[in-house]
Amino acid sequence: MKLAPVAQRLGGNRFILDEEEPHIVVNQELAKSTGTAERIIAACPAQVYSLGADGNVAVEYAACLECGTCFELADPGALSWHYPRGGFGVQFREG
Amino acid sequence: MAEEPDFDVIVIGAGVAGTVAAYQLASKGHSVVLIERGEAPGSKNLSGGILYTHSIKTVFPDFLETAPYERKIDKNRIVFTNPGSWVGVDYQDARLAQLGSAVSVLRAKLDAWLAEQAEGAGAMVMPGVRVDSLIKEGEQITGVVAGEDELRARVVIAADGVNSFIARDAGLRTKPRHEQQAVGVKAVIKLDPAVIEDRFNVDSEHGVAYALVGDCSLGVGGGGFLYTNKDTLSVGLVLRLDDLEKKKLRTVDIFDHYLEYPLVDSLVKGGELVEYGCHLVNEGGEAMMGQLVFPGLVIVGDAAGLTLNTGLTVRGMDLAIGSAIAASSAVSAALEKGDTSAAGLSGYTANLASSFVGQDMHTYNKAPAFLESAVGMYGDYGQLLADVLHGAFSLDGTPRQHMSKVARQALKKSPVKLMQLAKDGLKGLKAL
Ligand SMILES: Cc1cc2nc3c(=O)[nH]c(=O)nc-3n(C[C@H](O)[C@H](O)[C@H](O)COP(=O)(O)OP(=O)(O)OC[C@H]3O[C@@H](n4cnc5c(N)ncnc54)[C@H](O)[C@@H]3O)c2cc1C
Ligand code: SF4
Repeated sequence: MKLAPVAQRLGGNRFILDEEEPHIVVNQELAKSTGTAERIIAACPAQVYSLGADGNVAVEYAACLECGTCFELADPGALSWHYPRGGFGVQFREG
Repeated sequence: MAEEPDFDVIVIGAGVAGTVAAYQLASKGHSVVLIERGEAPGSKNLSGGILYTHSIKTVFPDFLETAPYERKIDKNRIVFTNPGSWVGVDYQDARLAQLGSAVSVLRAKLDAWLAEQAEGAGAMVMPGVRVDSLIKEGEQITGVVAGEDELRARVVIAADGVNSFIARDAGLRTKPRHEQQAVGVKAVIKLDPAVIEDRFNVDSEHGVAYALVGDCSLGVGGGGFLYTNKDTLSVGLVLRLDDLEKKKLRTVDIFDHYLEYPLVDSLVKGGELVEYGCHLVNEGGEAMMGQLVFPGLVIVGDAAGLTLNTGLTVRGMDLAIGSAIAASSAVSAALEKGDTSAAGLSGYTANLASSFVGQDMHTYNKAPAFLESAVGMYGDYGQLLADVLHGAFSLDGTPRQHMSKVARQALKKSPVKLMQLAKDGLKGLKAL
């Protein structure tokens, strides 16, 4: 089965977006110098990370499925990541 | 204690471990609050979906009659996948069907039901609240902080799942190594029940579990699963983080390759994607468990590293439930004695060690190292099997050869060395 691109794939999921408090912040300098940038861009199943035209890592935090893979693969200090505030973020209906 | 506690017990996380612990303790008359960061219990949780029911049935003897599960799984298929060929083992057993020893589940439904049972037993369920940290007074953990609020209890149970941030942030657990973790990616695909029953040759109550290894994950350590639900399929991949990083592949590309793999494609075709999710899995086995009892705190379920990947089965839910049972009886005893120090709670460690959880974690303690080192499992062995079978079935008019010769030739062509095969075979038998 050929799945739609990830952005469309997430269309079936329910998300409650926390517009006030993004739960992911990238330290651009460290992410680049430690290789964290490439690692998290490749590993994220939701393609939250991409390389922006300015060479920085762009973060689509609203699409995060909260697995924590990026956090585990990141070098210390390169990525600030925590669970969204209570009640926000992805809400699985199946799981 | 400086302040009178609000509850006997605070349980952090309404997954299978937390809901069962809350249910058990509330049933014994203790005051319990179950805090969950998701909008509703289950809404953050994802598993492949085979629940081995032995432990939950000790808590809810009529589980199979009352709980929302999908299908009883009595057919297991194990498949070695190669580019262009696959070799499978098909295991079906009437004894499994009768026992209901394994069922497929969807966590948003199961965990919601479990939380209802806890609530029915008297626990207070508090969804939509994220616990940020623990409160410590001297050595003793006495409560939790959630946003502006503080809640106090005699005992805190950390049932917060695989990332185990509650214990990690408090300096009580260390960051796992990449080879001790895998990322699971899963699609839930809707399919007409009549099509499921036809395609998988099952009736309306029963179902199949596939475990796939090899090319379907582009050789990355881990493997695929495909489970039948009532009117959906759970189709996913588990990829070890160290190998994913080493092979420099994109997770999404591997997942797309998996769903397009001819066998998987033929099983899901005509279906419609209804949910796409991902979640980490513990892969470190017994070595990951560490210390689980602290003054005023016990750690259960995935947060305690309790998952077992034996190659054929991924088990986490039955262990999480087993640990919740072990912890709740120890916590109850400690509350009754009025001693919730680490010594007072140490019954948990003992209960766990003597239960199936501790014993199975120990039995399979060599499985992680084996699954990491036996790289042939993720590619060459499957090809070797297919080449041997090809020798038997590809009748094209050329003279036939004895199986032993075909096997020797296949082995010669394969990067697998006989010594390696023998070593992995022996190690595998001991580890799994
Ligand atoms: C892809 C995949 C396939 C799997 N397949 C199987 C399988 O087939 N069979 C099997 O038995 N196991 C399987 N597992 C493992 C199984 O899912 C876990 O072992 C099980 O879910 C552990 O239960 P738990 O209650 O310990 O943790 P979880 O189910 O993760 O529950 C933790 C809960 O804590 C909440 N929480 C976390 N932090 C906070 C906080 N700070 N404040 C408030 N709440 C918080 C979470 O939202 C969540 O509800 C699989 C796992 C994955 C990822
Ligand atoms: S937590 Fe998982 S889904 Fe979210 S950004 Fe990180 S890798 Fe992607």
